[in-house]
Amino acid sequence: MDTYNRNGEHLITLLVGTRKGAFLISGSPEENSWVVNGPIFLGAAVNHLVLDPRDGKTLLMAAHPGHLGPTIYRSTDAGKTWLEASTPPAFPKVEGGESVRYTMWLQPGHASEPGVWYAGTCPPALFRSADGGDTWQSVAGFNEHPMRKEWAALGQGFEIPNGNVMHSIQIDPRDARHMYFGISPGGVFETTDQGQTWQPLNKGIVSYFLPDPEAEFGHDPHALRIHPLNPDLLYMQTHTGIYRMHREEAHWVHIGKAMPEEVGDIGFPIVLHPRDVDSAWVFPMDGTDIWPRTSPGGKPAVYRTRDGGVSWSRQDLGFPREHGYFTVKRQAMTSDQERSLGLYLGTTGGQVWGSFDEGQSWKKLADYLPEVYSLEAVRLTR
Amino acid sequence: MKVHIPTQLRSYTRVSVVEAQGQTLAEVLYDLDRQFPGIRFRMINEQDEIREHIRIFVNRETVFDLERPMGSEDEVRIIGALSGG
Repeated sequence: MDTYNRNGEHLITLLVGTRKGAFLISGSPEENSWVVNGPIFLGAAVNHLVLDPRDGKTLLMAAHPGHLGPTIYRSTDAGKTWLEASTPPAFPKVEGGESVRYTMWLQPGHASEPGVWYAGTCPPALFRSADGGDTWQSVAGFNEHPMRKEWAALGQGFEIPNGNVMHSIQIDPRDARHMYFGISPGGVFETTDQGQTWQPLNKGIVSYFLPDPEAEFGHDPHALRIHPLNPDLLYMQTHTGIYRMHREEAHWVHIGKAMPEEVGDIGFPIVLHPRDVDSAWVFPMDGTDIWPRTSPGGKPAVYRTRDGGVSWSRQDLGFPREHGYFTVKRQAMTSDQERSLGLYLGTTGGQVWGSFDEGQSWKKLADYLPEVYSLEAVRLTR
Repeated sequence: MKVHIPTQLRSYTRVSVVEAQGQTLAEVLYDLDRQFPGIRFRMINEQDEIREHIRIFVNRETVFDLERPMGSEDEVRIIGALSGG
């Protein structure tokens, strides 16, 4: 796979996790040329494929083949070769103990801790590696927390079809001890002592499906992001709407109220502009009636805010004008870090789309892939 | 004894039949893991339960108890059992 084009320009690589394996798509917006490389581990569900930004070449992949137990694959040469983790995430063996069904989220640790990674799993649990993802240890402060099963809605007849998941592990770039994650369903949780103790952080979220819609936990965050420019600013797409929080206020504000009523503000992903604290993009999904979970009205569109959610504008140029029923999963929409920002999304229909004008128009970069589970846009170092 | 390896696990063994030793099925599987590191966890979870979509046959019998005693003439067959698209 090339990471440079014939002019010697460094290419963007899209790390694509799908229901049936992983793919690396490389290309450049200037040439409008994108090449699909792979498949890697064809047939394995790949929930997340992530680059270590600290070295630019270590990739970790959360893989879950249909028959076999879940594992983590590691590449230290930007995807050329892969090795299996020697001790993948697993619970301690105890009477009546749990088993990791799959890893949902992989998170490189803080910049000050090279080699540290975190993994969020199904059932919701947190694991840590201190050796670049080769061996993983249970984070007891959460996994053995007396409230964990209640927080993660385990054993309460409230589990989603593929199992409740931990996702969106977010680390404060100013402080390795300060972290957040989402549990779907369960809510947002925060630690300020590197995982030893945890607190729910859900005030302000209203979840109509709960007996107490404003309960301390039980909510359903679909995607949570802290803003890299202002880590005290959090954005979140939940099962019931779009929210934003200034951490010092400790209260979520429902910014999806300004979305058009006929579209609503239900969806899975949320993407933040890396250089503008007030810009974010979502991909709404039909959550009316029996929850079709398709693009509302069969008309796919991204919605963007430039003012922190006071208003939203529709961006759909290039998408099908009708009978487009794909949607975008929680980890399948992202941005790159380029000066001219690129946005990317992968669909349940196996397409990868890109936008190089901040969402105004969209181009199909790849088609006919398996259902896309995760998407990251990086520059690999060889 | 002979252990038949399904296609799903041949990235570990490279071949379809391997030899392994043990007085119980659990010991046979540990011996497999000693020869092919990582293979056991793909079949057996951290609570020592056979994974949902794996079946293990000893001769013609489906076995769920890893403590089943084994003899050198026994043959183990590991099957990937899953339906759907």
